[in-house]
Amino acid sequence: MKPAPFQYAAPESVEETVALLHAHGTEGKLLAGGQSLVPLLNMRLARPSVIIDLNRVRTLDYIREENGEIAIGAMTRQRTAERSPVVTRRLPLLADALPLVGHLQIRTRGTVGGNIAHADPSAELPAVLAALEGSVVVRGPGGTRRVAAHAFFVSYLTTALGPDELLLEVRFPAHEHQGSAFLEVARRHGDYALVGVGAVVTMAGNVCQRARLAFTGVGPVPVRIPDAEAVVTGKMVTDGVLAELGKLVTHMIDPTGDIHASAEYRKEVAGVLARRAIRAAAERARMKQMRMR
Amino acid sequence: MKKRTGVVRRTTKARVVTPRRRNPVRTDAAAPPLVTRKEITVQVNGVAQTAEVEVRMTLVDFIRERLGLTGTHVGCEHGVCGACTILLDGAPVRSCLMFAVQAAGQEIMTVEALGTPDRLHPIQEAFRDHHGLQCGFCTPGFLMTTLAFLRERPSPTADEIRVALAGHLCRCTVYQGIVEAVSDAAARLRAGTPTPAPRARGGARE
Ligand SMILES: Cc1cc2nc3c(=O)[nH]c(=O)nc-3n(C[C@H](O)[C@H](O)[C@H](O)COP(=O)(O)OP(=O)(O)OC[C@H]3O[C@@H](n4cnc5c(N)ncnc54)[C@H](O)[C@@H]3O)c2cc1C
Ligand code: FES
Ligand code: FES
Repeated sequence: MKPAPFQYAAPESVEETVALLHAHGTEGKLLAGGQSLVPLLNMRLARPSVIIDLNRVRTLDYIREENGEIAIGAMTRQRTAERSPVVTRRLPLLADALPLVGHLQIRTRGTVGGNIAHADPSAELPAVLAALEGSVVVRGPGGTRRVAAHAFFVSYLTTALGPDELLLEVRFPAHEHQGSAFLEVARRHGDYALVGVGAVVTMAGNVCQRARLAFTGVGPVPVRIPDAEAVVTGKMVTDGVLAELGKLVTHMIDPTGDIHASAEYRKEVAGVLARRAIRAAAERARMKQMRMR
Repeated sequence: MKKRTGVVRRTTKARVVTPRRRNPVRTDAAAPPLVTRKEITVQVNGVAQTAEVEVRMTLVDFIRERLGLTGTHVGCEHGVCGACTILLDGAPVRSCLMFAVQAAGQEIMTVEALGTPDRLHPIQEAFRDHHGLQCGFCTPGFLMTTLAFLRERPSPTADEIRVALAGHLCRCTVYQGIVEAVSDAAARLRAGTPTPAPRARGGARE
């Protein structure tokens, strides 16, 4: 099918974009990489009367290191982030997850900001942001505000963004000294995850001081399970501890089934992935400690 | 073509058409005008193409219907099948997930620039020799991704090839032949089989 008719503008600055959003926010849609929005337009599941194309706003394409955080401009292509040495070195969890986002051709156009703003419940990047307890910077008519990941993702495809607001950048805390791993099970490489998990651990010798896990594909927003994180915290990452972790995750997580996988299968996979991800993250943290000695 | 009245802003030659909205953009806000048609110039296979397009026209429809370059196929129109893959400024993208207006000022390469029936590109020769196609519907997309992929990874493993091509579906399921073809194409390119330079082919309106 073809998109329903719309009116179109291609602003060249954030200010122009804000002005357009102010005038047409409720009837309009921002267009970033188009890899989620254009399918919806082509199938006429979305019929906005105004499209505001961000692709000429060059100032939203950057990767900056700022006080222990890496700020990635909303219009930075997923492929650009994937190839960035800063991301590889300082955001290993993001570097793990990016190659799993769709296919090469999708990441060439798809943006980091678009993936976060779209907030697909099976997308990888929201889980990465949640596991790292990162934040986003949002610009509206009243100015700029910062929103933490847990407050930003509200529900399926729903975020704290107002209709006249624009996502400016995504801020990922650097974690080059921690151990991390992103694992997922998908039907083919590049498909949305049936279940995915991002894990970050801080190790002191063999003891895990802090562990964070965020799951994708198992709820309306990225899922954190504090009780599961507590299972490994303050302990050595042994097979016994990992088994307990896996069991607890499978027990506590509450996914829904769909045509791709049943709820039971997702629960089981989540437990297994949690175990593997914490093991891999702890292993990587130990390797880093050894290299630093 | 029917002449339209409109204002020209910046270099985009945007035409304002029938502003039906009741509360127009406040004049103090520096918002660009809304348009439903726009004149664009795109470099397609080395030829500059200028046309006025409806803003909702997808790039693949522009390539096929306006330029007459029907080598680029359109299957699913939602980014899943890969048939419409072209190179945009050298990188593979889905032309069904872009609007033609967005390609203004950019460079596009379609399968027409790869080779001709009498002078195939080494990648095309390898696909032919390894039965990397049956009906051929999916082939143009596979070829364009392969071209970009082998430029970046001249000696890929079979696993890397599978990941690189995961974004393409082949209903005839000749996947094994395709993986073999890409592997052999890599060898042919490395061996320096003289590669025909991408041809400037503007298509029907050339
Ligand atoms: C075949 C296929 C497979 C895919 N597989 C995966 C996958 O495995 N994992 C995954 O995570 N994703 C996947 N995707 C989606 C892809 O990652 C998209 O690129 C991403 O979800 C949206 O980013 P975009 O830049 O393309 O945004 P768009 O599609 O342009 O926009 C998406 C939404 O976000 C809004 N938006 C975009 N940017 C902003 C901004 N700066 N401020 C406010 N709102 C904004 C838009 O208005 C729109 O509602 C896949 C897509 C396709 C077509
Ligand atoms: S037609 Fe574009 S991916 Fe299928
Ligand atoms: S050869 Fe027929 S779809 Fe691939």
